[in-house]
Amino acid sequence: MSAFVDIKDVTLRYKGRSGSQDTLAVEHLNLEVNQGDFVAVVGPSGCGKSTLMKLATGLHFPSVGSVRLDGAEVDGPVSIAGMAFQNPVMLPWRTTRDNVLLPMEVVEPHRRKIRTSRATYQQMADELLASVGLGDAGDQYPWQLSGGMQQRASLCRALIHDPRLLLLDEPFAALDAFTREELWCVIRDLYYEKEFTTILVTHDLREAVFLADTVYVMSARPGQIIVSREIPFPKPRPIEITYEVEFGELTHELRSHIAQARG
Amino acid sequence: MDNDKASSIDWVRLSPWICTFGLFAIWELSVWLFGIPYYILPAPSQIGFAMYEFADGLWTNSVQTLWTTLLGFAMAIVFGLLLGLFIGWDKRIYAGLYPLMIGFNSIPKIAVVPILVLWFGAGWLPAVLTAFLISFFPIVVNVATGLATIEPEMEDVLRALGAKKLDVMVKVGIPRSLPYFFGALKVAITLAFIGSVLSETIAANSGIGHMMLTAQANFEVPLVFACLIALAVEGIGMYAIMAGLEQRMTGWAHRSGFNR
Ligand SMILES: Nc1ncnc2c1ncn2[C@@H]1O[C@H](COP(=O)(O)OP(=O)(O)OP(=O)(O)O)[C@@H](O)[C@H]1O
Ligand SMILES: [Mg+2]
Repeated sequence: MSAFVDIKDVTLRYKGRSGSQDTLAVEHLNLEVNQGDFVAVVGPSGCGKSTLMKLATGLHFPSVGSVRLDGAEVDGPVSIAGMAFQNPVMLPWRTTRDNVLLPMEVVEPHRRKIRTSRATYQQMADELLASVGLGDAGDQYPWQLSGGMQQRASLCRALIHDPRLLLLDEPFAALDAFTREELWCVIRDLYYEKEFTTILVTHDLREAVFLADTVYVMSARPGQIIVSREIPFPKPRPIEITYEVEFGELTHELRSHIAQARG
Repeated sequence: MDNDKASSIDWVRLSPWICTFGLFAIWELSVWLFGIPYYILPAPSQIGFAMYEFADGLWTNSVQTLWTTLLGFAMAIVFGLLLGLFIGWDKRIYAGLYPLMIGFNSIPKIAVVPILVLWFGAGWLPAVLTAFLISFFPIVVNVATGLATIEPEMEDVLRALGAKKLDVMVKVGIPRSLPYFFGALKVAITLAFIGSVLSETIAANSGIGHMMLTAQANFEVPLVFACLIALAVEGIGMYAIMAGLEQRMTGWAHRSGFNR
């Protein structure tokens, strides 16, 4: 049995603009994520973390190597994935609820059903919004929400079609420390409820250690996984754990790996 | 004190009227005071009299100019929207056609009128075409820009779900470019008006532009000014309608600080 996400010896080269050189974003990258795992990927800036995400969802294809998802070669966009980014990018002309429902208007089989049973879908969106503490924000426009609230809504949008793989690319980087910790707990609770496989890209080592089963450290560009570290703390973890000594030691260990990776 | 409750006059709303009437009053006064002859600068009262005297001609020619402008403007909307959608559809088309568009737009349109007259003869058709040519450009550019500047993250979210280019355009691109489009209409209607009047003053046998030219040839200076006033009124009216339309259709863009 191969892993749920199976990235094997992948190299990806971005074509440079006319004249400039090509960029080798990742080289000989290997990553396996089992079904239901929560992994975090950390590494120096520009090492190819976002590229990794695009490979996993079929937005980019490897120049060399293979990317398999749930046993099948990724040869186009995969609708079993949901994504959220640092920038929540909501559509300002749609209410928050309609923003959350956007994937449903694209993905089969919902695409056909949503026209006839809009009310059911709206209720679905409201329930999901309520589970992240946005119970009464459905009718509001995204620009009426704070940054943290928009990011919660963006999580809902990533999860509305019940993806089996959730990809988070620095989703909390633009938030203040308190809001960020609140959202860690939101993610943790959603993860226990829905059991999707998650890949989280982050610059925040505490975030990585708090949420993940395994933390992978990438080298500087061209990116490769150089360290894989299991996080032994039992789950679900309370937020207080981040202030314990062992937690601090583990983040320090990871920090020194990254310092080495930056060279 | 003007924040005194008793004097609840809304000076902000009143101010444009006061300024307009003030301008005419000063104009009228100066003409009489300095004894300026009517064939240099007629007083507003003389212009008013000319307007009354030539009311019929002014009316028919204004309507003619209005039709010419609106026809050219309508063509600009249809063609501008289609071309804008086409250009904004793909980065490569955008990159290829944009320089051409800029080149086309930098031709002073007055230079095109003689060619149009050569092709279609004097009359209303060159005026319609001039209005069209001069006003479609801002529509194309704005629609194309709205489409071409979709946030890459938004496109990723949708494409990762298997959305086709058409889905991305319908769900994101087109609604997103609407504020740009309606913003462009305001500019385009003014330009279309300039275009049609321009062409009428060069080669036409009706319309306000033509009437002005005739009045000038006959030294009917007050009538020339009466025509100018008619143009101003028409121009303000059309602009106001487009501005109102923009406000109504894209309120979200103003409230959300989009497109600032
Ligand atoms: N579309 C693209 N075209 C060309 N080069 C690209 C493209 N996207 C990324 N790159 C290059 O590939 C490299 C890896 O980029 P990537 O966005 O994956 O880094 P990252 O690890 O996510 O960085 P950060 O932590 O700053 O977000 C960078 O050097 C970047 O310049
Ligand atoms: Mg990145």
